[in-house]
Amino acid sequence: MAKVRGTGISSVNYPTGMNLGGDPTQALIHMTTTGTFVISLASTDLGQGLKTVLAQIGAEALGVPMENVLIDTGDTDTGPHCMGTFASRTTHRAGNAIIMAAEEAKKTLFEIVADELEARPDDLEADGTGFIGVKGSPDRKIHLVDAALAGHFKYGKTVAGRGIFFKPNLGVDPETGKMDPDSTEAHACVVAEVEVDTETGDVKVLSLHSVYEIGRQVNPALVEGQIRGGSVMGLGHALYESTEPYYPNPEHRAGGFFEYILPLAPDVPEMEMRVLEYPSENGPFGVKGFGEMTANAPIPAIVNAINNALGTEISCHPVTPEVVLRALEAKK
Amino acid sequence: MAEQDLKVVGQSVLRRDGMSHVTGKTQYIDDILLPAMTHLKMVRSPLHHARIRSIDFSEAEKVPGFVRAFTYKDVPKNIYTILCLIGVGPDEEPVLAEQEVLFKGEQIAAIVAETEEAANEAVARVRLDLEELPPVFDVEEALKPGAPIIKPWGKNHFEYEGHHCRRIRFGDVEKAFAEADYIVEGCYEPKPIEHAPLETTGCVAKPEADGRITVYTNTQALYFSMDNTALILQVPFNKLHFVGGTVGGGFGGKVDVIVEPIAALAAMKIGRPVKYLYTRSEEFNVSSTRVAYRIYFKDGVTKDGRIIARKVISYADAGAYNRHTPYAVTKHAANITGPYMIPNVYVDAYCVYTNRVPTSAMRGFGVTSASFATEVQMDKIARTVGMDPFEIRLLNGYRNGDMRPYQKVVGDATLVEVVQAAAEMVGHPVREPYKSMHSWDRDYSPERHQPLQAEEV
Amino acid sequence: MASKIVTFTLNGKETEVMVKPFTTLAKALRERLGFTATKCGCYEGNCGSCTVLVNGDPVLSCILPAEDVEGQDVLTLEGITPQEGLHPIQQSFHENYAVQCGFCTPGMIMISKALLDKNPHPSREEVAEALSGNLCRCTGYDPIIAAVEQVAGAQGGNHG
Repeated sequence: MAKVRGTGISSVNYPTGMNLGGDPTQALIHMTTTGTFVISLASTDLGQGLKTVLAQIGAEALGVPMENVLIDTGDTDTGPHCMGTFASRTTHRAGNAIIMAAEEAKKTLFEIVADELEARPDDLEADGTGFIGVKGSPDRKIHLVDAALAGHFKYGKTVAGRGIFFKPNLGVDPETGKMDPDSTEAHACVVAEVEVDTETGDVKVLSLHSVYEIGRQVNPALVEGQIRGGSVMGLGHALYESTEPYYPNPEHRAGGFFEYILPLAPDVPEMEMRVLEYPSENGPFGVKGFGEMTANAPIPAIVNAINNALGTEISCHPVTPEVVLRALEAKK
Repeated sequence: MAEQDLKVVGQSVLRRDGMSHVTGKTQYIDDILLPAMTHLKMVRSPLHHARIRSIDFSEAEKVPGFVRAFTYKDVPKNIYTILCLIGVGPDEEPVLAEQEVLFKGEQIAAIVAETEEAANEAVARVRLDLEELPPVFDVEEALKPGAPIIKPWGKNHFEYEGHHCRRIRFGDVEKAFAEADYIVEGCYEPKPIEHAPLETTGCVAKPEADGRITVYTNTQALYFSMDNTALILQVPFNKLHFVGGTVGGGFGGKVDVIVEPIAALAAMKIGRPVKYLYTRSEEFNVSSTRVAYRIYFKDGVTKDGRIIARKVISYADAGAYNRHTPYAVTKHAANITGPYMIPNVYVDAYCVYTNRVPTSAMRGFGVTSASFATEVQMDKIARTVGMDPFEIRLLNGYRNGDMRPYQKVVGDATLVEVVQAAAEMVGHPVREPYKSMHSWDRDYSPERHQPLQAEEV
Repeated sequence: MASKIVTFTLNGKETEVMVKPFTTLAKALRERLGFTATKCGCYEGNCGSCTVLVNGDPVLSCILPAEDVEGQDVLTLEGITPQEGLHPIQQSFHENYAVQCGFCTPGMIMISKALLDKNPHPSREEVAEALSGNLCRCTGYDPIIAAVEQVAGAQGGNHG
């Protein structure tokens, strides 16, 4: 009986978006009479935080504080088309659509401010604190609320914008597989340390060290949330989870949480993580999608670590105690 | 845009929905309580594969609170059209089973009642007369002659424009195998996984006074679900109004459009709100899972550790119906070489049908299995040639300007950088030349090779 | 069988609810009384989402018969939310990004309160152990543990 330790690594890529039917998402922006920008979408927040992240992108693109941006999403009567939240696509696609809509809205806004300040639109900048002014002339500026009121009631202008992300659907060559399936790739490398009890087959993941490269972090705390959440989901895949533990034999299908083993709070290993940012060529502010890959990368790192510990060649998952013990038996 | 110019992007702003979540004020589907709301429960197949001879509702109808039963005859267009709107087919899954059921748990008839208890009781009293048929559960068995055929086109696999699998053909693998110093083989078998979000899949469909139907749903894709529902109900697209956007966990499990069409149909027919929310048991037993795979690898490797050829025969288990799996297999085939430059690649990736719960999208979708197989194989290769696992990845890592096996030029590559950073993080020494490698080795451009300040978390 | 009236203290107020036999506390709270902050992830006592406190002890309200709280003291998430602002545990969860989809959050906050009321300065292991009956699929648990530790660290004596 022994507890043996092992280390394993994995390095993976993950593509952003997909290419079915153009993978479109639209955004509409309109400014209220008092300087709030409503961004209308039909994108869904699954918990990853897109209602926050897209507001950040909108605020940045418009040059206004976040407090001046509202995200109105989740209603097909008021939000324009979005393909959906999957394929790690939403920040990239909706973000790009928002940037495009913001350009159009800003153009009209700057025309209004240019008239109010008797300047040229090209000489103006939004300072991100709620003012738009003439570059290099700190006294010549106007607050967003005043600009909005003037726009609506003095000049009769609509400050609004439309945006769409669209990638032409090029199809897949059935002979060779030639295709253009994504917009960019994020990357990760995970090092897993495990301890295996050779008598019981139990595996404990001691630590996960992860490096993710994701183009640009819009919200570092939410990025960390994805890495932590994905790591634990990956750990579940690697060690515990399957609806059919004897697949392809369908018997003993897990019918509830009492049979389908999910990682719990005490199972979380020590984690260290680092995020690199090499802005992508086509992401909004260089963003790459990465919400899915955080669950992919830990799985083979953990299985490689188990094989390293035991000298086995386990090539399935989940690596349950039964799988470990059978692999040790086969080794003899 | 240089980092120092950004004011909001890059900031750890607090979540906008955080306060709502921590006070429990966030509304999920189960929190929706409407006047006169009814409950829909589903009669499901107890067998893996069967012909339906008859269904007897007479006992069910006697349950106090029973409102109505729906069979396939009530569904205007009884076929899920998940991908037809964008030209991927065939559509073959019925909303409610017609003559045959192909998996244990398949939807056969919907019962609507005043309360959940009444609906469950009525479902329990429906009498099904089924003729059991032989099932097939193994992906390779399903493709052998003599296997029970479960698809109307006579084959247990998806046809990719006349081909029996998704193919990648790049270079000449056989020639490269002949030149290789080592042949490394492996078989990788990830099992099916359940998304297990804390909120189960569901919706509430509500008929409005103006004749429209509002569907409150936790789908991950509002328009996708709405358009498919309209096609099934054969109503103008704008008769439907889908509301959602706040989902208690998705992970790919809420894109199958499974609950909305039947709930909307029921609401339309009975003129009252209808709630169809999966129980946890349904979520585990009946909702789609991640695709299970059996993947055979054969790699040709040189003695200095370069993978010069990869031949993969991969079998994806789609379960009883397509759902999103044909697309998963395409993504899987594209990513089976991982983040590595392999000059000769041959892939045959099959999408195979078996008599189990249909598999569909899940976090990682086709790439999870490709990454798993590629990375466990990579360690096997490292052991075979006697190389350090970090260094072999740095050696084989793709660079900007390389050609992917699906004939797209690599851009935004940073595999080398993440591996080096991980080695540094854990104190694993990496020797030259691996230490000085970078992703622009073959397409150097100093302006592009400029990372932002790498973040320590 | 006939319905009956259950009288109990809910979030400090005397409350009456009429329920059919075997109606669970979760259903009584959510559907009869409109207190929907308590969420149910499984309705079979396996995920912890529905955790509420009865006489200060955490219970799985989705499998507890409502009749069993006759005369007892029930505390739900609504009961710790102040009229303005947030309870320190809520504030800590928010600041530590211990929420993503939010579905497990009410249960996590209530079990944390139960822990901190009995053990104001738990070790990290004790926190993880206390949370081990509550499932979360999104956060990976660490941010929740950190949120609880932060409250424990901040409180000298009682935390409310």
